[in-house]
Amino acid sequence: MAVTTYSGAEQYNFDVVKKFSVMALVWAVVGMFVGVYIASELAWPFLNFDSPYFSFGRFRPVHTSAVIFGFGGSALFATSYYVVQRTCQTRLISDGMASFTFWGWQTIIVLAAISYVMGYSQGREYAEMEWPIDILIEVVWVTYLILFVGTIMRRKQPHIYVANWFYLSFILATALLHTFNNLSMPVDLFSMKSYSLFSGTQDAMTQWWYGHNAVGFFLTAAFLGMMYYFVPKQAGRPIYSYRLSIVHFWALSFMYMWVGAHHLHWTALPDWTSSLAAAFSILLLMPSWGGMINGIMTLSGAWDKMRTDPVMRFMIVALSFYGMSTFEGPMMSLKEVNALSHYTDWTVGHVHSGALGWVAMISFGSLYHMMPKLWDTKLYSRKLIEWHFWLATIGIVLYIVAMWISGITQGLMWRAFDEFGNLQYSFVESVAAMMPFYAMRAIGGMFFLTGAVLMAINMFMTIRQGKRESAALEAKLAAKMAHA
Amino acid sequence: MEWLMWFSKFENTKPLALIIFFVTFIGIVIYVYGSKKRSQRLESYRDIPFLDDQPGDQEDTKDKQ
Repeated sequence: MAVTTYSGAEQYNFDVVKKFSVMALVWAVVGMFVGVYIASELAWPFLNFDSPYFSFGRFRPVHTSAVIFGFGGSALFATSYYVVQRTCQTRLISDGMASFTFWGWQTIIVLAAISYVMGYSQGREYAEMEWPIDILIEVVWVTYLILFVGTIMRRKQPHIYVANWFYLSFILATALLHTFNNLSMPVDLFSMKSYSLFSGTQDAMTQWWYGHNAVGFFLTAAFLGMMYYFVPKQAGRPIYSYRLSIVHFWALSFMYMWVGAHHLHWTALPDWTSSLAAAFSILLLMPSWGGMINGIMTLSGAWDKMRTDPVMRFMIVALSFYGMSTFEGPMMSLKEVNALSHYTDWTVGHVHSGALGWVAMISFGSLYHMMPKLWDTKLYSRKLIEWHFWLATIGIVLYIVAMWISGITQGLMWRAFDEFGNLQYSFVESVAAMMPFYAMRAIGGMFFLTGAVLMAINMFMTIRQGKRESAALEAKLAAKMAHA
Repeated sequence: MEWLMWFSKFENTKPLALIIFFVTFIGIVIYVYGSKKRSQRLESYRDIPFLDDQPGDQEDTKDKQ
C-alpha cells in the first residue's frame, strides 16, 4: 500500500466538497420544511388554502426531490469527492467538471421544484422531472461518472478502497436506472409534457424497477460507501472486516436488481415475477445485515464512544435503523404481509425509518466529521450536536410509530366485512380515523426539522469560525513576513 | 442462428441466469475466504482511510495545518 502525506487543500479539490456540503444542509432544511408542511396538510387540510400551488400533490415531489436529490444527492457528491480523493490520494481529474456537476445538480433541483409547483410531472414516483430536466440529469451524471472513474484511474494507492466500490456502483446503477425509466416521447419540442415509452404493466414494472433500485443503489449502496469511510475515521479504528465488505457488496449488487416487483404484489403483474421479487427481498436481508454488522462491530472495543461522542452516536444509530428497516422491508415484501400493508401509511413509515433513520442520520454524522476538517477548525458546539441527536431520534420514533398504528389500522379497516359481506367501513371513515396519527407524524417531522436547523446553525458558525481562524493565521504570517 | 432462439425462452434463461449468478457469487466467496495469505492481504486494505492522516486526525479537529 502506498502511504502519502496529506497536505490539504493544495493536494485535493476541497472547494467542490465544501459547496456540496453547504447545499446539502440548505436542501435538508428546505426539503424537510416542505415535508413537515405536507404532513401538516394531511392533518389540518385548511393548509391547502384551496390553491393548486399549495396542494399536497404538487408539494409532495418537491419534498421528495429536495430531500433525496437535494440533501441526499449533495451529501453524496460531497462525500464521494472527499473519499475518492483521500483514499486514492489524488486530486479530482478536473476542477471544471467538478464545478459543472455542482452547478448542474443545483440547477436540476431548483428547476424540478419550480416545475412541480407549476403542475408539470411525469407521474413516476421519485422521477417526476419532465424530459428537459431528465436530459440535464443525464449530462451531469455522465460527467460525474467520468470524473469519479478518471480520479480512481489516476490513484496513487494501488488498491481501490471498498467505499469507492459502493460509490461507483451507485453512480453506474443510477445512470442505468435514470436512462431506462425516463424513456419517453415529448408532445412536441417546445412542450414540457411527455408520455412514457412503456404502457400498462410494463410501465409499472419499469417504474418500480427504477423505484426500488433507487432505494437500493442511491439510498443504500451510496450511503454504505459513506459509512465505510466515515465510521472507521470517526471511531479511529479500521472497519471490522474487509472481507465481509467485499462479500456483502457483491451480494447486494446481485440481489437488489431483482426485487422491484415486490411493489406490485396483487396487481396485473405475472405471479412468478411477484414471487421472485419476494424471494430475493428475503435473501437481501443477509447482505444488508452484513453491512450493518460490519459497521457496528467497527466500534468493538470502543463502545464508550457511544456515550462520549455524539457524532459516533449518529452513525451507530443510523446503522441500527438500517438494520431495522432492512428487516422490515423483506417482511413487507411477503405477499401475505403486503396484502395488509400496501397502499397504507405503514409503507410511508417504513420509507421514513430508512430515509430519516439511516440516510439522514449517517449523512449528519459524516458531515459533522467532514465539515470541520474542510474549514480547518473545530466543531462550533458539541451541545448543539447532542440536541440535534435527541431531536432527530425522538422525531423518527414519533413518525414511524404513528405510521405503524395508522397503516395497520387502515389495512384492517379496508379489509373488514360485515355479516352481509359488505365492506364494514367507508374510505372516508378510515381517513377520519387517521387524523390523530397524522398530527403525531407532523409533530415528529417538526422535531426532526428542528434538529436539522440546529445543525445548519452549528455548521454555519463552524464555517465562520474556520474562516476567522484562517484570516487570523494569514494576517500573522503576513506580519511575520513584513518583519523579516 | 437457430441456437439463439434458445435464449428467447424464459424457462431456459431463468435457470441459466440463476446458475451464472450463483456460481459467480460462490466464486467470490471462495476467492475472499479461500486462502489465508489472500485474507491477510485483503484485511490489510482496512487501513487505507488512515494512510493520508496527519497526527491529531483522530480528533474532530484540525488535520490540515
